[in-house]
Amino acid sequence: MIHDFGIVWSERALLLSGLANTAILSAISAVAALLLGFALTPALMSKRRAVAWTVRGFVDGMRCVPFLLFAYIVYYGFPSFGVRLDNWTSGLLALTIYNAAYMAEILRGAWAAQPREPIEAGKAFGFSDVRLFRRLILPPLLLSAGPVIGNQIIQIVKDSAFLTIIALPELTHAASSIQSRHYVPFAAFITAVFLYWGLCLIIEAGVSSVGRVADARR
Amino acid sequence: MMAVAGKVLDVAGVSKRFGELEVLSDISFQVDKGETVCVLGPSGSGKSTLLRCVNWLERPDAGQVYLNGLQVGINGAGVVMTDRELSRIRTRIGMVFQHFALWPHLTVLQNLTEAPVQVQRRPKAEVRDEALALLSKVGLLEKQSAFPAKLSGGQKQRVGIARALAMKPDLLLFDEPTSALDPELVGEVLLVMRDLAREGRTMVIVTHEMAFAREAATRIIFLDRGRVIETAPPGRFFAHPETERAQQFVQRYASDTAGRQ
Repeated sequence: MIHDFGIVWSERALLLSGLANTAILSAISAVAALLLGFALTPALMSKRRAVAWTVRGFVDGMRCVPFLLFAYIVYYGFPSFGVRLDNWTSGLLALTIYNAAYMAEILRGAWAAQPREPIEAGKAFGFSDVRLFRRLILPPLLLSAGPVIGNQIIQIVKDSAFLTIIALPELTHAASSIQSRHYVPFAAFITAVFLYWGLCLIIEAGVSSVGRVADARR
Repeated sequence: MMAVAGKVLDVAGVSKRFGELEVLSDISFQVDKGETVCVLGPSGSGKSTLLRCVNWLERPDAGQVYLNGLQVGINGAGVVMTDRELSRIRTRIGMVFQHFALWPHLTVLQNLTEAPVQVQRRPKAEVRDEALALLSKVGLLEKQSAFPAKLSGGQKQRVGIARALAMKPDLLLFDEPTSALDPELVGEVLLVMRDLAREGRTMVIVTHEMAFAREAATRIIFLDRGRVIETAPPGRFFAHPETERAQQFVQRYASDTAGRQ
């Protein structure tokens, strides 16, 4: 067994590059999904029914599709329509679009729960448009939605493992090639598990620091 | 219609309806510099809506509002103002809210400096010094680093008043500033408001505090079912209300007050 971990250790460069790719994938799609979620949220809450229903349909649809299937569709299905993307672009796109639906729903819930009066006070004090959103709507929203957004980012990290099926060289892919090359499945996969765990701990540390900031204001 | 010269606020024929319900009908009044006008009336008489029509938080269906001769909500070309244009004129009107409406993610001091720095673009250091002076004026200097959630209702409302003053507004609007407070906390807020009246700030106050209105107001506007029923100095309004509805209103409050004491 020790010997097996020794083999994994000898392949550490591969594992670390897998870890780095997982981190990059997750970070880019988390930020993109959050931004896209922000763009979708007002549409979800729109008074125009057609707009609200269309976005609602997208959000509910995404939440009912298994991510693996969605990744297949983007990578193998899109070329039927003449859209041929490389595995990195497909992976990022799939992760982003899929999770944007969740982010939009998270933000809609948090937004609806925000008290209306401080925002109205902002208007009365001369805030409008972008400044109102950036200074007075966004910060309380992020503070209250922080923990749930953190959970979703952890979900993104885990979903990214599926992208091994489109040959994206992320952490699961790295562990899997080490095991097939050396026949050390347990050592390879358990090492990957611990590395995922480490990533999640970092995210959780971020979430709890947001939580501390929020608690001081409650 | 032209704005009346020399008036800080001129409300001319403002009407507002919500669906079938006519909340305000043809309201007109002016406020001179340094006046403390108290708007009284039964619940649902349209007092808060009137106040919100002044700074166009609620858009009037008809009528005009002028602040120092400048029309609110309609620009020089006679078109409804954009949010940005409206924002500029709103910075000259301070507002104090029934439920305080402080910004929860900012400290007490930041609540005061936020709009002057971000909207009025005044220098940070200067705004900060003024804000600290305002906090000590409302007796909350030691709470400058606290977040609103950690304050009592009375403290929150005093911050709310200081926040409005930090804008150096031409006009202060108070929307039932003590209605959400526990009875024992009302006094500290009224004390601050009395000081402002004495200093000659121009204020329009919607309130149910009759004793305060009687003592601090320069003029009472009595509203009922969306109409101005009576306008009089407080002495005359409370001693000899002219209309029957005002008489009933004053009597009811007199007996309430007697009952409480």
